[in-house]
Amino acid sequence: MASITLNALAHTYTENPTKPEDYAIREMTHVWEQGGAFALLGPSGCGKSTLLNIISGLLKPSNGEVLFDGKRVNELKPEERNIAQVFQFPVVYDTMTVFDNLAFPLRNIGVPEYKVKSKVYEVAEILELSEQLKRKAKGLSADQKQKVSMGRGLVRDDVSAILFDEPLTVIDPQLKWKLRRKLKQIHEQFNITMVYVTHDQLEASTFADKIAVMYNGQIVQFGTPRELFENPAHTFVGYFIGSPGMNFFEAELKSQGEKEALMFGDHEISVSDSMLARLKNMGANKVTLGIRPEFVHVWDGKNDDAFPVDVDYVEDLGTYKILSFLFHGKVMKARLSEDQKVPSGQIYVSFPEQWTKVYVDEYLVDLTAHSSEDDMNKETDHAN
Amino acid sequence: MQTKVENNKAWFLVMPVFLIVAFSAIIPLMTVVNYSVQDIFDPYTRYFVGTEWFKQVMLDSRLHEALLRQFIYSFTILIIEVPLGICVALMMPTKGRGASLALILVAIPLLIPWNVVGTIWQIFGRADIGLFGAFMNGLGLDYNYSSNPTDAWLTVVLMDVWHWTPLIALLCYSGLRAIPEVYYQAARIDQASRWAVFRYIQLPKLANVLVIGMLLRFMDSFMIYTEPFVLTGGGPGSSTTFLSQSLVQQAIGQFDLGPAAAFSLVYFLIILLVCWVFYTTIMNMQKDK
Repeated sequence: MASITLNALAHTYTENPTKPEDYAIREMTHVWEQGGAFALLGPSGCGKSTLLNIISGLLKPSNGEVLFDGKRVNELKPEERNIAQVFQFPVVYDTMTVFDNLAFPLRNIGVPEYKVKSKVYEVAEILELSEQLKRKAKGLSADQKQKVSMGRGLVRDDVSAILFDEPLTVIDPQLKWKLRRKLKQIHEQFNITMVYVTHDQLEASTFADKIAVMYNGQIVQFGTPRELFENPAHTFVGYFIGSPGMNFFEAELKSQGEKEALMFGDHEISVSDSMLARLKNMGANKVTLGIRPEFVHVWDGKNDDAFPVDVDYVEDLGTYKILSFLFHGKVMKARLSEDQKVPSGQIYVSFPEQWTKVYVDEYLVDLTAHSSEDDMNKETDHAN
Repeated sequence: MQTKVENNKAWFLVMPVFLIVAFSAIIPLMTVVNYSVQDIFDPYTRYFVGTEWFKQVMLDSRLHEALLRQFIYSFTILIIEVPLGICVALMMPTKGRGASLALILVAIPLLIPWNVVGTIWQIFGRADIGLFGAFMNGLGLDYNYSSNPTDAWLTVVLMDVWHWTPLIALLCYSGLRAIPEVYYQAARIDQASRWAVFRYIQLPKLANVLVIGMLLRFMDSFMIYTEPFVLTGGGPGSSTTFLSQSLVQQAIGQFDLGPAAAFSLVYFLIILLVCWVFYTTIMNMQKDK
């Protein structure tokens, strides 16, 4: 068991990288604390698997270091790092029985057979594989095979961390949540650091205490599912997390006499005065505003404080409805609660100041940055 | 009540297949069957002899010897070529120009016509003008494949290994390339030794191509004719006379078409039987439990 630190880590597949785009992993420094359940979330090709393979040692990083409990492990091979990795497609040793599969990592390091036996039975019990122990691994179903590959990681006592690379891709939907719960259970029981790579936000948020969102080879935000939802640090997080994603629109900072105001066309979007002051300080004229569909307020009747917009269409998703509307030529979405009346024609919406996020160059302008960092530290202290 | 309409047009659709199989297998085979149960002097003079020829063939001690020789030969070359082919495949480079070069080099023996292979080795093995023969004699060994049965055997086996190991190697190479990288990664993480990787990942994944390779090599070696015929002519004595050559001697040399036909059928059935037994055993071994 170990904490994993990535120190100024970067990786490229090209030989002579010149620009940031050449890097699959752009320089990052990041810490996965001991015993945490983490998710690494991002779209296909953002560098998640590359990062995972660097941690496990299957890939050598071009720059920077990987540290386990503060010790540099760059030079160690995967077999020396004592890490377990579960891959997207289940890997089982076809000709062996389930028992031999689970015993394989132990036998490879010369654990005495009586210990192998007790450990395998224990892990098989946890994974509900006891019945299958005598069977050949070849005939197992996909989810059982995946459990066997997980089990091979769990049998070793001293495993530093378990890395999961989209392990539920080939599992039937109804078994997915079951396996995910199993993982969670195992995490609670063994207190092993787990890093779970996925492109599915639901999977990430049900599994992990903290999620690292990856985009273009960078970790753009690392936080609890709630933080990612309420306070996306990067426009990509807003867009990627949530269904549908955040509404974004460009606004301009204009002076109106003495005062500054954020204007979207002719409409003034209300943000706090301190935010306006901050933007002016930064010298940012153009900003991106983001608001989650869940926080867009749709008024039932005419309202002078709200903006008049045109309803485009309403999607009924069963338990709730998604309203698409045109705001100054821009399609935006709002989530309607179940009992809300379905609007049509011209309606009135407003954006609560608290939930209107301001982004400059794709990154959040966070007035509470310091205090939220303190919160994070408190949380990790607590976890330790 | 609706009655079923008989539609015999379907038979026409099966006809082409039937005709092809008839011309390619059934008719030639039946000709042999025809000869094996009759004594035919000319198209108008023929006598039905029943199982006479089969009895004669079964009791022929020359054929017994050839059959034994044949089995020893096929077994020997399988024992050598399969492990050697796997080793070659494992050692072949997987990436870059080296890979293409290795593929071409390994494939060269397969491209040479069989009688040329025989000729090559006939010259290669001669003590006076051949490199191999000269080398063996240079070592102080009294090597002469045309007078010493052991040397003749050694040369025939060596020739076959040289000619056909590349087939096994290429089949295994393709089998190895088909193993997903993730298996090797998992094995590294499980701290598996090189031997364990071979035993539990590579070998199981090679099983299917190896079955094909072994069947092909068994059938081909069991029917071998051209190379030993060119190299040793079956000698010295009859030490390298295999079944095909005995058959040809009987059918063409002595023009005993009846016994030769009976012999052909027995020969065919032996190959069929061995392949079937081999195939079912392997397939059963691979099944779950």
